[in-house]
Amino acid sequence: MMSDTLRVNPINCTGHGVCAELLPELVSLDEWGYPIVDPSPVPAVLDREARRAVAACPTLALRLLKSDQPAAPAARPARRAPAW
Amino acid sequence: MSGSTAFWYASRATGIVALLLLTAVFVLGILVNRQGRLPGLPRFAVTGLHKNFSLLAVAFIAVHVLTAVLDTYVSIPLTAGFIPFASGYERLWLSLGAISLDLMIAMIVTSLLRSHLNRVLWRAIHLLAYLSWPVAFAHSIGASKDLQQGWLLYLSIGCALLVGGAVVFRLAHAAREVPRAARVAAVFAEHTASDARSTRRSREKVAR
Amino acid sequence: MTATLNESVHGGATRQAGGLPRLLPPAPEDLRGHVARYGQTPYRGQTGLLIGDIEASGLTGRGGAAFPVYRKLAIVARARGRKVIVANGAESEPASRKDELLLRVAPHLVLDGLQLTAEAVGATEAHLYLHTAPSPEILRALAERSARSVDMLQVTVTQAPPRFLAGQESALVNHLGGGPALPTFAPPRVTERGLGGAPTLVQNVETLAHIALIARYGPRWFRAAGTSAEPGSMLTTVYQPQGHCQVVETEIGAPLRTLLPSGGETQAWLVGGYHGNWLPLPHATSLTLDNAALRQYGAAVGAGVLVALPSDRCGLTEVARVTGYLAAESAGQCGPCLNGLPRIAAGLAELAGRGHRKQVRADVERWAGLVTGRGACSHPDGTVRFVRSALTVFAPEISLHARGQCSATNRRPFLPLPDGIPTSEDDWT
Repeated sequence: MMSDTLRVNPINCTGHGVCAELLPELVSLDEWGYPIVDPSPVPAVLDREARRAVAACPTLALRLLKSDQPAAPAARPARRAPAW
Repeated sequence: MSGSTAFWYASRATGIVALLLLTAVFVLGILVNRQGRLPGLPRFAVTGLHKNFSLLAVAFIAVHVLTAVLDTYVSIPLTAGFIPFASGYERLWLSLGAISLDLMIAMIVTSLLRSHLNRVLWRAIHLLAYLSWPVAFAHSIGASKDLQQGWLLYLSIGCALLVGGAVVFRLAHAAREVPRAARVAAVFAEHTASDARSTRRSREKVAR
Repeated sequence: MTATLNESVHGGATRQAGGLPRLLPPAPEDLRGHVARYGQTPYRGQTGLLIGDIEASGLTGRGGAAFPVYRKLAIVARARGRKVIVANGAESEPASRKDELLLRVAPHLVLDGLQLTAEAVGATEAHLYLHTAPSPEILRALAERSARSVDMLQVTVTQAPPRFLAGQESALVNHLGGGPALPTFAPPRVTERGLGGAPTLVQNVETLAHIALIARYGPRWFRAAGTSAEPGSMLTTVYQPQGHCQVVETEIGAPLRTLLPSGGETQAWLVGGYHGNWLPLPHATSLTLDNAALRQYGAAVGAGVLVALPSDRCGLTEVARVTGYLAAESAGQCGPCLNGLPRIAAGLAELAGRGHRKQVRADVERWAGLVTGRGACSHPDGTVRFVRSALTVFAPEISLHARGQCSATNRRPFLPLPDGIPTSEDDWT
């Protein structure tokens, strides 16, 4: 089943924090007020809330992307920590 | 009271409410831009009220225009709501109303279609708010004598002061805004200053 | 620090394997020498034909990202309408000198590659993007090719602003479009929508030089050097502990110890430049110059900058200096990077001082976690990689500094940095 992923355009984001208020399950704020967004696909039960959060963003920085769209910068899986 | 007079009173009343709503929309818009908050309310309330009040204001203006048209005491064509100089009655003042409404519709339509529009274009049109409110205000005080006396005069002065204050607030922040190329340096400076303060505090603790 | 740039240097101990050198000629070549050595530019006469060879060759980008080249070519070739190709010679990594050298001694390989790739993807507009004003060699090379009608597309030469991010794909496209060299958020990538809205192929100049050779000698020849997963040769910029800097062509997979010394004169290695990784000695001596090997240690080849840090310097001070530079070079567009990088740099400066507050180490680690993956480009991620590996490798030095001591006997800066940091919008245009 295709579902959407939340992405923030960090250039447009000014740290209003409305998204974190409307979607605390998937968005939290860092110590500077910028959103930390859950990168996994949005669960179906939260789909409507996610869309509401996207619509409420004052700068339209929060977007819902189809899961097959490329993430940027290429979200590489975390490399193993050095052996030493 | 004849039906005609009822329409006339309705037009004046909805006009006043619209002015109050538009004043609120303007101030809320500045608050959204400055990431300000209303006491006791979450952040999404500021953005939500800004959007919803603007739609409500247009609804009241629609009734305001319609009732003025339906009222038979003076002849105002429906087109006068949108098109300047379409009315013989109070031609100048009604034209200001029409212009203001046109600007509002442009702002609202572009905001509803925002995700499909160029960001710079959206912002340029939204800045027309600085023109739309004063024009609406001029229409309010000129189109009828209502706001020129009594408590409605004080109300209109209050609205003008609120909007004026919001504009001054916004301009003050614009003057202080750090340009992009200087932002990193500003963070360095602010961080080093706050470090120095906390270092002084911890040093004091040790000395004791 | 003295950096002597030897022009005609070839892959040391790996010379015999895979027919190196491939890219670097014994002496700088003009068009006649180039044609005598390599023959005419082997145009295929049709778009798309070269891409199959590039895929078979396994060529990956030599600009640092190591992305399979054929995939980018295929995306742009598939697109309709106007298409643009850019040869990226911005070389914004301060420690890298390979692109500058390649453009000086073998410009025709790069320009051949540019034309051949343009033909392969159907580009109608070609650019060459340089770190400095175009050198006499480049201008002469372009003039020669123009006089002999070697080039199918005219090449527009543009100079990049001296910013670390200027060579980033979207920043490059913004600058060519007349704006500042600032990255933009993707999607869409520049291969979908780039210069003037057209699909734009950005390729490092060394990558294009390899393409020019693959077009002549074929994918099997290309694979004769390197590893099976990462074939071919690459240019590296190598810094010896005495301060000498050389550009060396080596095959991928060569043992690092053939390029860098591991004796007492050096305390640690840096692989991959200022977005790369510090590696401790003697553990790193068993590693080879390929991503498959380096990945296990959280490292990558990057744009091939290899540094053997001399033992008499303070590694912490060097890292703090470079991190300060990296922070200053942030575009300042994204909240996490803008807030995190200066704080990380300040934290490192404190660690490199005499004694530091207890929580600084934890703060730096927290900020590093906060900026990773949260910018529009990979600048914060690369900086964090550099910093985190340094905190591991130079941990003993951190403890020394905490007690007010330092192991260094030489205070001269070692790692190269450009003068001046950006302060105004003009610095980005």
